[in-house]
Amino acid sequence: MIERIEALRAQGQDAVAAASTSEALEELRVRYLGRKAELPQMLRGVAQLPPDERGAVGRAANQARQALEALIDARAGELGAGELETQLREDTVDVTLPGAPVQPVGRMHVLTATQRLLEDIFLGLGFTVLEGPEVESVHYNFDALNHTPTHPARARTDTFYIERPQGPQPGSPEELVLRTHTSPMQIRAMEAHPPPLYVVIPGRVYRPDSDATHTPQFHQVEGLAVDEDITLADLKGTLLAFARATFGETREVRLRPHFFPFTEPSVEVDVSCFHCEGKGFLRDGTRCYLCKGEGWLEVLGAGEVDPNVYAYVPTTDHNAPGYDPEKVRGFAWGLGVERAAMLMYGVPDLRLLYANDLRFLEQFG
Amino acid sequence: MRVPLTWLREYCDPALDVHGIEERLTMTGTKVEAIHHHGVHELEHFVVGHVLRAERHPDADRLTVCEVDLGAARPEGPATIVCGAPNVAAGQDVAVARPGSVMPDGTKLKKAKLRGVASEGMILAEDELAIGSDHNGIMVLGELLPNAQLTRGGALAEVLPIATEVLELEVTPNRPDCLGVYGVARELHAATGASLTPAPWNEDPGSGGPLEGAEAEVRVECPELCPRFTARVFHDVTIAPSPPWLKARLMAAGQRPINNVVDITNYAMLLSGQPLHAFDLARIAGRRLVVRRAHDGEQVQTLDGQTRTLDAEMIVIEDGEGPTSIAGLMGGARSEVQPDTSSVLMEVATWHGPAIHRASWALGLRSEASSRFEKGLQPEQCLHAQAIATRLMIELCGASVMPGTIDIGGEGPPPLSLPLRESRVQDILGVPIPRVRQAEILNSLDFATAEVPGGLDVSVPPLRRSDVTREADLIEEVARIDGLEKLPATLPKRRNAYGLLTPTQRLRRRAIDALVGRGCYEAVGWTFAAPSIADRLQLPAEDERRRPVVIENPLSEEQSQLRTMLLGSLLDVARHNVAHGEPDLRLFEHGTVFRWKDDKLNEHRSLAVLLCGKLAPSDWKNHSAASDPPAADLFVAKGLLEALADTLRVSDLVFASEPQPFLHPGRSASVSLGATPIGWLGELHPLVAQTWELPGAACFEIDLDRFLAHASRPDYLDLIGYPPLRQDLAVVLPEQVPAAQVLDVVRAAAGKLLADVRVFDVYSGPQVGEGRRSLALSLAFRASDRTLSDEDVTPVRERIIAALGDLGGELRG
Ligand SMILES: [Zn+2]
Repeated sequence: MIERIEALRAQGQDAVAAASTSEALEELRVRYLGRKAELPQMLRGVAQLPPDERGAVGRAANQARQALEALIDARAGELGAGELETQLREDTVDVTLPGAPVQPVGRMHVLTATQRLLEDIFLGLGFTVLEGPEVESVHYNFDALNHTPTHPARARTDTFYIERPQGPQPGSPEELVLRTHTSPMQIRAMEAHPPPLYVVIPGRVYRPDSDATHTPQFHQVEGLAVDEDITLADLKGTLLAFARATFGETREVRLRPHFFPFTEPSVEVDVSCFHCEGKGFLRDGTRCYLCKGEGWLEVLGAGEVDPNVYAYVPTTDHNAPGYDPEKVRGFAWGLGVERAAMLMYGVPDLRLLYANDLRFLEQFG
Repeated sequence: MRVPLTWLREYCDPALDVHGIEERLTMTGTKVEAIHHHGVHELEHFVVGHVLRAERHPDADRLTVCEVDLGAARPEGPATIVCGAPNVAAGQDVAVARPGSVMPDGTKLKKAKLRGVASEGMILAEDELAIGSDHNGIMVLGELLPNAQLTRGGALAEVLPIATEVLELEVTPNRPDCLGVYGVARELHAATGASLTPAPWNEDPGSGGPLEGAEAEVRVECPELCPRFTARVFHDVTIAPSPPWLKARLMAAGQRPINNVVDITNYAMLLSGQPLHAFDLARIAGRRLVVRRAHDGEQVQTLDGQTRTLDAEMIVIEDGEGPTSIAGLMGGARSEVQPDTSSVLMEVATWHGPAIHRASWALGLRSEASSRFEKGLQPEQCLHAQAIATRLMIELCGASVMPGTIDIGGEGPPPLSLPLRESRVQDILGVPIPRVRQAEILNSLDFATAEVPGGLDVSVPPLRRSDVTREADLIEEVARIDGLEKLPATLPKRRNAYGLLTPTQRLRRRAIDALVGRGCYEAVGWTFAAPSIADRLQLPAEDERRRPVVIENPLSEEQSQLRTMLLGSLLDVARHNVAHGEPDLRLFEHGTVFRWKDDKLNEHRSLAVLLCGKLAPSDWKNHSAASDPPAADLFVAKGLLEALADTLRVSDLVFASEPQPFLHPGRSASVSLGATPIGWLGELHPLVAQTWELPGAACFEIDLDRFLAHASRPDYLDLIGYPPLRQDLAVVLPEQVPAAQVLDVVRAAAGKLLADVRVFDVYSGPQVGEGRRSLALSLAFRASDRTLSDEDVTPVRERIIAALGDLGGELRG
């Protein structure tokens, strides 16, 4: 018996050593260790042996079985690793093919992206964002912003009026217009909140102009800061921060005196040209097309809040103690989103912004 | 406004070149928009010549071959110049352009052969130099410049103003005083410190008081529209061309010379900013002028031969035979100055600016005069212009002025006196400006100042009356002249300020980001809509979207309404892109829509999505027809909206079958939040798709404001400690029972333990029988305090099955 066991063990060892595939090895496992194989049969038959043989045979058979088992497992590990390697090699794909399925990518409109950027800049400077109605009363759009009753901007040639069959008489403060600027929200903001006030107001505005450089609707980001000690120098610093955040950190701003009914002093704000670094001409000596040789780009209008404007803000429970021009001062600006977007991205024609051609939209946002 | 630099320098001549002047004017508030060059270039080639001989060209009747003495400019002897002008003759002093000259239009003159004769340059007519418009003959300098010293070979520029830089200025509406050359000179004086000559109207050869001789009578019936009307009378007027210097100035300023009287009116306007009008006194019927409002519908024939229809807000000037002109806008032909005019009534009036602005736009009549009047001129300017014109009428037309001036309305109110606190300047600007400097600046701008404790008392000159009325206005004057470039850049204190978007603003950004992340392109369309959109969307007569907000003065019929929904603009965008070869579209837009609610105008933000064609490009891995990328349909649009709701944590989104006039009747749904309708969803009606030339589209539009208001703020729930128990259930129901109803019934029957239920499969076919379908539901049960067992859930499941039975459902399988 013992001899047979040793023979089986030796035979098995040789066979396992010779097996070259996992498949062949599994056959050997069945042949030597399976239910009907000789070695397990012997183990089961140990009980029928004379008692003095049982111990030795049982031990030998058991050892042989364990040894073969261990051998087969080890060999299986060896073979498996090699086979997996081969199989993985065969599974190689062309990684340079496109991703699939294609994930469609969307885009935010360049005006939205630009407006967000501007909002974020002023959020970072401590301003909050307010929004307001696009149809405004003449009171908010003109009267409260210190436009004289005969100011030309009120004319039907310069402002869209809303038709109201039983509405107020022309010239009434209750007449409705499409707001011509985001500035009416200056008044609404002051009506709703006491000073100090630091807000920006993005939004769509309307004027009856339509040509290469005007669309009848466009977007502005209004700014308003009112506190007890605001100066024109603070306006300059705030807009310098905006200019550098938007157009590059080496930008400078210059304030040029101008006129707006609701600011005094009023200024136009130029930013040094980022295309020619404010020189007006390029390295090859040609005139800079962007600033037309001026070295400066006109970007927005601004000024110190005209004291008359505060007088239009009634003191209420919401904004107590109210806005007293001897006690508060402020600055305001109105910035064109289209202009900023066109400058930032080099968009040559305003009308592209509203054509919504996919070949344009896919380039931004 | 165009200001010839040589003219400007006559009153204020700082030691700066044109760019230096540009910089000072721009930085003090008078922006130089452009610098033009008017006239010729390469001045050294333009000389005075003397015609020694003039003989007909041997081969051309109309040409004359001239021998011209150019003195030192051509020491080797006279030049041969071929001339085409009929008036050239020996003995004349003439203007000569030699080869190398560059003419006003930029062409460079070369030696040329004219019919076989070599010509060394050109003998010039005034229009060739752009100092006049006459091309009937060459300039005979001796006649034109009787007092000039003409040297043969001498520089032409010494005797004729043949070149100047011209500043194109942007004058802000508050500064009509800068609409004249002298006003700009005063700015330049203040901006540079260079001295300023006395005003050109300081010496007035005319006089005030009643007009002598009662030769004309004026009545102003509408003083509210005509604050001042002045007139002077001139006799012995000789109408003739103006002298070269005057023509040249007008040309450089952009005005065409006509005759001396008309040119004088234009010159005086350009210098003082105040327009004038010259009447032929003899042609004023009844020698009587009446200024009155026009009648509504009154028709007037203007100088240009057109008939204009007026209204009561416009002003006419009439004589004994009716209207002769529309005030401030255009004169009438009847009383115009003619070659035979010998007596002139010079009218200078102040008109109500806004009335002129309005009339000018309404009638489409714009002129140098109207653009000045509409800004609102001061009454004092009338006599400024009269003084300048009177001097020139006497000098250039040989006229005599009648003593006295018709003057209705007179000067404006006396000068305003304003206090200027020295410290307030620093408060506003952030930097101090000493009181002495403040006074210096104000004085240079013609304000009178007096020192008082703490600051200055400032008296406002009449021409600045409407612009400077408060201390703040004075501070602006001081600041702009002292130089805003000196301001430091500081940041405000920002007390109590913090920058943060509101929750709604953040959610709106998130909504946009979610759609963009799912492959949608944002469009920005027009707020304006065409009236025809209601028909194109098949809206029935009673649809409230047929009663939009209407613009009273639209740019065009197509842009005369405010949109009531975004769908129209998205359809327009889709059509544009499909027409340009892009059939697969995923578009969205958010924006304001407008409606009347009772008598109140309601505006809110809307969000619309339009999907068209395939949702993604085909790819190389899944190229069989069966696995082509899905095409847009109701369920894709709905999936997008549901994803949006999920992103923003908007629960309670309810869909119900409901038609919309522009949607496929079987594929349209209302969208509600609970019981509140917020929009619609569906596939486009094929006829509507056809109208927009689209193959079809799936869309939705919702009230974005309400949607965002429903977003819930995240709040921690323990979903980790006790895992859910999941079970599936397949139920066969009559097919007309909507899935939403099934889910509602399940939720109601299950109670609190049911955390989630959704449909994951739908089957209809022979196995479930005609008119029935099977819905496979996945159920998730969860308790917050324990892990649920099957025993916990069994009674719930039984309640669900019973409730489904009430709907006609039976468990499947
Ligand atoms: Zn540049």
